Formats: sequence, structure tokens, C-alpha cells
Amino acid sequence: MNIHEYQAKELLQSFGVPVPVGGVAFNPTQARQAAEEIGGSRWVVKAQVHAGGRGKAGGVKVVDSLDEVKKVADAMIGTRLVTHQTGPEGSLVQRVWVEQASQIRKEFYLGFVIDRATQRITVIASSEGGMDIEEVAKVSPEKIIKEVIDPAIGLRDFQCRKVATAIGLKGKLMPQAVKIMKAIYRCMRDKDALQAEINPLAVVGPEDDQKLMVLDAKFNFDDNALYRQRAVTEMRDLAEEDPKEVEATGHGLNYIALDGNIGCIVNGAGLAMASLDAITLHGGAPANFLDVGGGASPEKVTNACRIVLEDPNVKCILVNIFAGINRCDWIAKGLIQACTSLQIKVPLIVRLAGTNVEEGRKILAESGLSFITAENLDAAAAKAVAIVKG
Amino acid sequence: MSVFVNKHSKVIFQGFTGEHATFHAQDAISMGTQVVGGVTPGKGGTTHLGLPVFDTVAEAVAATGADVSAVFVPPPFNADALMEAIDAGIKVAVTIADGIPIHDMVRLQRYRVGKDAIIIGPNTPGIITPGECKVGIMPSHIYKKGNVGIVSRSGTLNYEATEQMADLGLGITTSVGIGGDPVNGTDFVTVLRAFEADPETEVVVMIGEIGGPQEVAAARWAKENLSKPLIGFVAGIAAPPGRRMGHAGAIISSEADTASAKMDAMEQLGHYVARNPAHIGQTVLRAMQERGIAVK
Repeated sequence: MNIHEYQAKELLQSFGVPVPVGGVAFNPTQARQAAEEIGGSRWVVKAQVHAGGRGKAGGVKVVDSLDEVKKVADAMIGTRLVTHQTGPEGSLVQRVWVEQASQIRKEFYLGFVIDRATQRITVIASSEGGMDIEEVAKVSPEKIIKEVIDPAIGLRDFQCRKVATAIGLKGKLMPQAVKIMKAIYRCMRDKDALQAEINPLAVVGPEDDQKLMVLDAKFNFDDNALYRQRAVTEMRDLAEEDPKEVEATGHGLNYIALDGNIGCIVNGAGLAMASLDAITLHGGAPANFLDVGGGASPEKVTNACRIVLEDPNVKCILVNIFAGINRCDWIAKGLIQACTSLQIKVPLIVRLAGTNVEEGRKILAESGLSFITAENLDAAAAKAVAIVKG
Repeated sequence: MSVFVNKHSKVIFQGFTGEHATFHAQDAISMGTQVVGGVTPGKGGTTHLGLPVFDTVAEAVAATGADVSAVFVPPPFNADALMEAIDAGIKVAVTIADGIPIHDMVRLQRYRVGKDAIIIGPNTPGIITPGECKVGIMPSHIYKKGNVGIVSRSGTLNYEATEQMADLGLGITTSVGIGGDPVNGTDFVTVLRAFEADPETEVVVMIGEIGGPQEVAAARWAKENLSKPLIGFVAGIAAPPGRRMGHAGAIISSEADTASAKMDAMEQLGHYVARNPAHIGQTVLRAMQERGIAVK
């Protein structure tokens, strides 16, 4: 689960991390009011969408008057911001964050991830702030500093000093960097975050009073831990998520929309991926990824069919079930129920294997409905592709 | 022979009296697994399926000599149950649960350091040595005895590959599902090392997914250390970048993470690669024929 920049900043602030003074606004009047309360003479108005690349897309503006704050907020709210991460349709801006403009002297990158190789939280830092970290890793990998955290001991001061020194944070900035890193680590651990990305962490202020401050922050939380993270769950913005994926999750299904025309209903993520692969290798294009999971009841199968068919591009549905914890007879009953209640017009190609496969096949054969059956994965994919190609 | 579990393994079920544990304990017993009891805190002293129930794993181990545990405990309590198993001296713990918080797994992996226990999973169908021992939820009837060792991240894709092999008359020594989570108890290399040490395993199949460095690391290890042919497949050729494909671990975050890049790397390291998920069985058969290994 992702959250907005302003929510990330508020969260970090509650852990003692310095962030610019600011306020969230849902309309232009609120934005002007927020700027007035913040005070000063320069503000940054930032469109709040989950996608990255907002700056280049015009979603971040620096302004010098309260009227301009209102004008810029008016232009942003209600429009769709198109960044390299949103796709051509863009993301609807429903709120902006107004904050005091900072005098930026230098920018750094600071990230916390769960490194898959060490299976531990790892700090990633770079002196190349404001840039895409993947780009830095490609162009100048020597500028990426990594420090692995032992979960039993936590992030130690000396480790933070090591990181700070390596990216060039010296003198009075060093203890500030230590404090910030330790606070972000605590936040990530206590809130079950999978990833925390600060880009940039900036040195701001006049020559004689330099301070480190978080100017942008992204968090990604562990969906599996939301049951124990009420405050995090409350930050969820469903408008930022694909409504069909949200609906599928509500039914215990894992759905991802794709561009093709062959709908897919499969059990297990690995077999679901392999089914998309088989379709692609036969020259077809899958319309979606859908994992019905374990213990798929007839209702779950019906919901899966309905969600897949909401995509108008779908010309046929490939059902591929290898039942372990599932039961083929239940799947078959679910398919019949779906065909009857949804009046499915497109052909269904069904491949059943595993637990209770004979019962499942018998139920389909005796249903009087015209299922196209396939003995194995290859045949199922071939038949589906042949149907859409006419 | 086999890896990790065999006919001598004494298996307990944690969360024994639950619906799924009950169903799969019965199936395990019916295929010959030595199930010796189970643990459900608060129900110690009772019996279930005619077997003793204990409050703690330590009591169960002391009374039954159990060395393997099937952990059927809900995700919020699962990491704690695994620690309890390790603490009690369980040698192989298999955790089926899908949805364990990742920070719990990070802490578990730290807890294990210096302790001698194999953790299989989470988010796995488990492990099976046909005719001897099943600790998991897979459809046991598709697994026939043979000389192929199989290890996979995905459960259903493991079934798929197993059936393709069975159709060609190829059986297995042991099937190990390491699970679909990004932080898991056992990596591919650990399983490959066990297959290398097992005299009955003559061929090894490794089925991976998009995301993470594990498959390529294992393929590199195998080039230097595995004397048996390795056949690889990586699911997710058609997966769009940046999207989590069902498994928490299946997300492409860099170019080296793609299915094609991983399979290219395997091929360059001299391993057999099935480029199509429907061709895993036939690729195994070809490898065996080329290497003069008898089909069992």
C-alpha cells in the first residue's frame, strides 16, 4: 500500500524527522489559506498523486504570492497529471500540498529497503540527490552506499556516521543525519513499511545555519501487516488504485489488468504467470492476470468471471486450474454457475488437473454447456489463441 | 534417499486441530507419513486423529521424538510458531501460510542464525518425498517416485511440471517448494546443495519467477558445484515491469530481474532451459537422454 507525499511527511515528522512546514488542501481556497498560515513569501505547491515524476510533469510549482498559490492549486486540482509512471491516462489530482519553499544548497538520496540478498533492511544512500536512484546505479554505481541493518541490534550510530561520511555530510550536518536515519529506520520497522525513499534529503537554509530536511518522501507498506497498522490503513487513498483491482482484492482474488484480449482465470501466482507466458508464446495477448488463490468456492469463481468480463476487450477466457488445496469439482460448479448467472457469451477454454479432476470434468461434460476443454497447458493456450485469431 | 524428509521423519502439526491441518494430516498419514502428534496451545492432553495433542512444541518433541513440523498457524502468529519449533529442536519446519508480515520474516531469519534448522516457506505447498513423507498441501497422487529432484518458488507451477514429467514416465526423489515470498526460509542454493548430496537424485529441476537475484545466484552456484544436470524455467516472460504478480516476491525491479534475463543467464552458465512452461517435462527428458541418465 502506498501513501501520498504529505502523509509520508506527517508520518516522518511524528518520528522526529524535520520536514518543511506545510498543509494539505482539497480546493484552491484551502490552498491559499494554508499558505497564509505557513507564512513567508515563497511556497511550493505540489500535486498529491502516488506516481513519481511529478516535477517534470508540471505537478510541482514554486510561487511568490498568495494569489498565485490559489491560481496554481486551481490549475492542478481536478486535472489529470501525466507522469512517466501514470501511463497516458494520467492520475486525477484531488489534493495539493502547500509548503514553505526551502533554500536548497545540496541534495542527497536516502532509501531504506528490504534487501532480498541479505534479507535485511538496508540503507541505500547517494550524494546524487534529486535523481532517479536506478539511473545513478547504472551510470555511477560507486556513488551508491549500502549499509545492512541487523534486526536484533537495530541501526547503530556508527553505521549512520559511516553512511553520512561516505556521501559527504560532515560537521554540524553529521549528527542531524544520524538522527534522521535512525528515525526513518524506526518508522519503517514500527509501521511495517517495505520501503521508504527520501529523495531528496536536502541541506537547506543560510550559510551559517544549515539544516538537513526531508523535501520528498515515498512509503510503501506491507499489505500483509495492515491488520496491525490501523493508522497506516487509514491513510489509504482508494482513488489512487485501480477500482477493479480493489474489487478483486475484496473477493480474495488477485487481478491485474493487461492489454490483450484473452481473459485468464488461474489458481496460484506461478501457474498464472506461466499461463500468460504460454499464451504469449503461442502469439496471443493476455487481457489480465488473475489468481483465484486456494480454496476457490463457486462464488469466488463466478466473481472471477465477472471481473474478467468487465474488460470489453476479452474475446475468450482461459481457465487453468491445477488443484492442490483447491477442488476441481468446486471450480466446475463455479463455472457453470457463472455461465448461467452472467450469461457468458465468449468461449471458455477449461483445463482442469489435480484434486478431484475426474469429478470436475464429469460435471462440465454433463452440464449441457459448451465448454472447450483442454488436456494440458499447451493445448489450452493454443486453443485460446486460435479462437481470438479466428 | 531423498532430501530433508524421508520415511524416518517424525512429523508434528502446529495448529493441529484446525480444519486445514486436520485435512492435510489425514492425507499425509494415508500416504505413509509418520505423523506422531500435534500442537494446539490450550488443548494439550487431548487427542486428535487418534494422536496426542500438546500445548508446546517442546513437550511434543520430548514425548514423540518429532524432528519435522508442519506449521499450519495463521500468518500473524506464524513467525512465532517457527521460532518455537526451532527453539524446541525441530530440524525441518515447513510453513504453508501466505501473508506473513515481511518484518516478522526478517526477525525470524535473524533468530535462526547459528541454529541448525531448515525452514521451508512461507507461502509454499511444502515438501514431499513420494511414498515416504509429505509435509504440505500438494495433491500427493501426482508425485511418483523417481530420480528427479524438483525445487520451485510457485506451488501450482510445481504441480504443472511434476505432471508433465509424470506423463513422460519421470518420477521424483523430493519436491521442495521454497515459497513465493521475498524473504523466505530456504533459498534455491540450499536445496541444490541437498540434491547434490543425495545419491538418488540424478537430475535437478529449478522453477523460478521474476524478481530477485536467487535464480541466477543458484545457477552460478550450480555451474561450480552441481555435478548433475540442471533444468531451469522462470515464469513471468509476459509480466509487465513494476507490477506485483500475485506473489509478494514476484515484481520486476531491475532489468536482471526479468524472466528472459534470468533464463539467458542460466543458459550462458551451461544449464538446460525450458523457454516455454509447457515444455518443462520434455526438456528434463531431453537432458536425461543426452546425459545417459535412466528414466525412473
